Amino acid sequence: MATIVSHSPAPVEEGHPTLTHGEVTRDVVATLGPATRGYVLLLLGAVSLFLIGIATFTILLKDGLGHAGYNPPIFWSVYITTFVFWVGIGHAGTLISAILFLFRSPWRTAVYRSTEAMTVFAVMTAGLFPIIHIGRQWVFYWLLPYPNQRYLWPNFKSPLIWDVFAISTYLTVSTTFLVFGLLPDVAAVRDKVSGWRKTIYTWSSVGWRGTDNQWRHYSRAYLYLAALATPLVLSVHSVVSWDFASSIVPGWHGTIFAPYFVAGAIYSGIGMVLTLIIPLRRALRIEHLITEYHFDNLAKLTLLTRSILLYAYAMEYFVAWYSGNIFEQTTFFRRAFGPQWWAGWTMIICNAFVSQLLWFRKIRRNVTSLFVISIFINIGMWFERYVIIVSSLSNDYVPWAWGILNPTWADWGILAGSFGWFGMWFLLFAKNFPIVAIQEIKEMIPMPRRRGGHH
Amino acid sequence: MPPFTRARRMPGLLASFIHIDAAVDAIRALRAKGFRKLVVYSPAPNHELEEALNHRVSPVRLFTLIGGLTGCAAGFGMTIWMSYDWPVVVGGKPIASIPPYVVIAFELTILLGALSTVAAVALFSVLMGKRGVAYDPRFSDDQVGIFVPADAEQLASVETLLRNSGAVEVRHEAA
Repeated sequence: MATIVSHSPAPVEEGHPTLTHGEVTRDVVATLGPATRGYVLLLLGAVSLFLIGIATFTILLKDGLGHAGYNPPIFWSVYITTFVFWVGIGHAGTLISAILFLFRSPWRTAVYRSTEAMTVFAVMTAGLFPIIHIGRQWVFYWLLPYPNQRYLWPNFKSPLIWDVFAISTYLTVSTTFLVFGLLPDVAAVRDKVSGWRKTIYTWSSVGWRGTDNQWRHYSRAYLYLAALATPLVLSVHSVVSWDFASSIVPGWHGTIFAPYFVAGAIYSGIGMVLTLIIPLRRALRIEHLITEYHFDNLAKLTLLTRSILLYAYAMEYFVAWYSGNIFEQTTFFRRAFGPQWWAGWTMIICNAFVSQLLWFRKIRRNVTSLFVISIFINIGMWFERYVIIVSSLSNDYVPWAWGILNPTWADWGILAGSFGWFGMWFLLFAKNFPIVAIQEIKEMIPMPRRRGGHH
Repeated sequence: MPPFTRARRMPGLLASFIHIDAAVDAIRALRAKGFRKLVVYSPAPNHELEEALNHRVSPVRLFTLIGGLTGCAAGFGMTIWMSYDWPVVVGGKPIASIPPYVVIAFELTILLGALSTVAAVALFSVLMGKRGVAYDPRFSDDQVGIFVPADAEQLASVETLLRNSGAVEVRHEAA
């Protein structure tokens, strides 16, 4: 058998494409084997959290939103915070699967499937929150333009309707992209398993056989899907930011919001990627497929987006001061020194200080320290949204109308439930579908040659 | 495809290759001999195979374009029509106010563009794909497969050609 030489020099020195095609299939199909005890415990944990969420939601459905900590003037609180948090999580997945695909970054192949699955499940989670938040959940379809008795249509000038279109498009397109990318891999699994599993994968692979014609259409279509997903991902968090920026609330009414939110979204999403795949690659024994090299690159991406984010933080304070507008200045003063100072400082410490550690190569390549930092990123980014939403609302234009939010069990129950719901889907996906893209890794590994060497 | 209807099996030869250059040689030799209706299986898309087969660019891009334009038109059409169907002045803006509608039109452009792209692949790859062509599970793993539709008198010469190019296995597929 001829020596295997890769076209792209970087990943070879880092190890993984020294595998052969057969070994890639074998190792990835092995991840679909019987569940380990650790996996079952994680899944049970996720399902328990989800059940807490279901119980809380049932009470909310029965009694109404009064149980949650809504308190004038704060009527957007933990649910909207968590909505923005989960939409943001999704963005890193599309960045890695679509934008890095267009940029031809070969390192994305090892991690893109898991991040794309994360995107789909994060957006699925986020999509629940506006529905939970509206109170009368059974009439959520009023948001859609459908012919009704009074021939009323939605107000398309409202950012909330833009959001309905942006989020549902994002969910549909990212699900399509994920399923489409899975197709050849499901076919590869089909050809390796037997029994009832073979039947399921045979039906799921809808006749995929990897013929020249199928690849010809598939590769083209994948390129166009990536090209469509790229502007989509930038638009989605911009639209989410306009939910705030198009109002006149001090602290929200800023032109910087769209890029600020997109950078924050990608930063938080990569934090979540690290939180998910560091334990996952150990549980599924794919350390040789997702290596320190990939974590190093993810951490560098985190550093980049974090720098944009810190610039936006600084600009927000600068603009508030420079505007000379007392309402704007008061809002930002109270973010740091008001009654909810602890939220403001949690965000600053996690996002501005803890992630500074990523400048060191040793830390970027140490999975334990990366995992710990990624938890801080998740916490910091949840609090960022909390600070933007809640602290801006809590000090309105007139001081007698100021108020403080005191989140209740109903807020925390739904928040916990969202992590359970997300974790449950992600874990089920990881056990039933190839979490590493078999076909794309094979594309990076040249097939053996009779005459040796490379072309 | 799961067997909805059992397609008639196509007679011919199914060759497996471990070496990519051997498969490329075989494709070139077969095409030179006038065999143009080959079916080539590979575990991943491969540029050498593409060059040897010399296909035209896939027509899915046309579907992406049509889907995207339809979405854009539908987005503007829906918002403007619905605004005038029940005219209400909101925030002192024109009844149909184009800048905010760009968001809706943009999202629908992406949505219909992506869905029609996938529909095109389903149409060309699955629904219009050849039925009854022999397959081997190793082609999704680590081997390249070439199916040559051939009738009885061609079998011997095609088999020699495939073996000379370096096929590790050649299978006869009867009708």
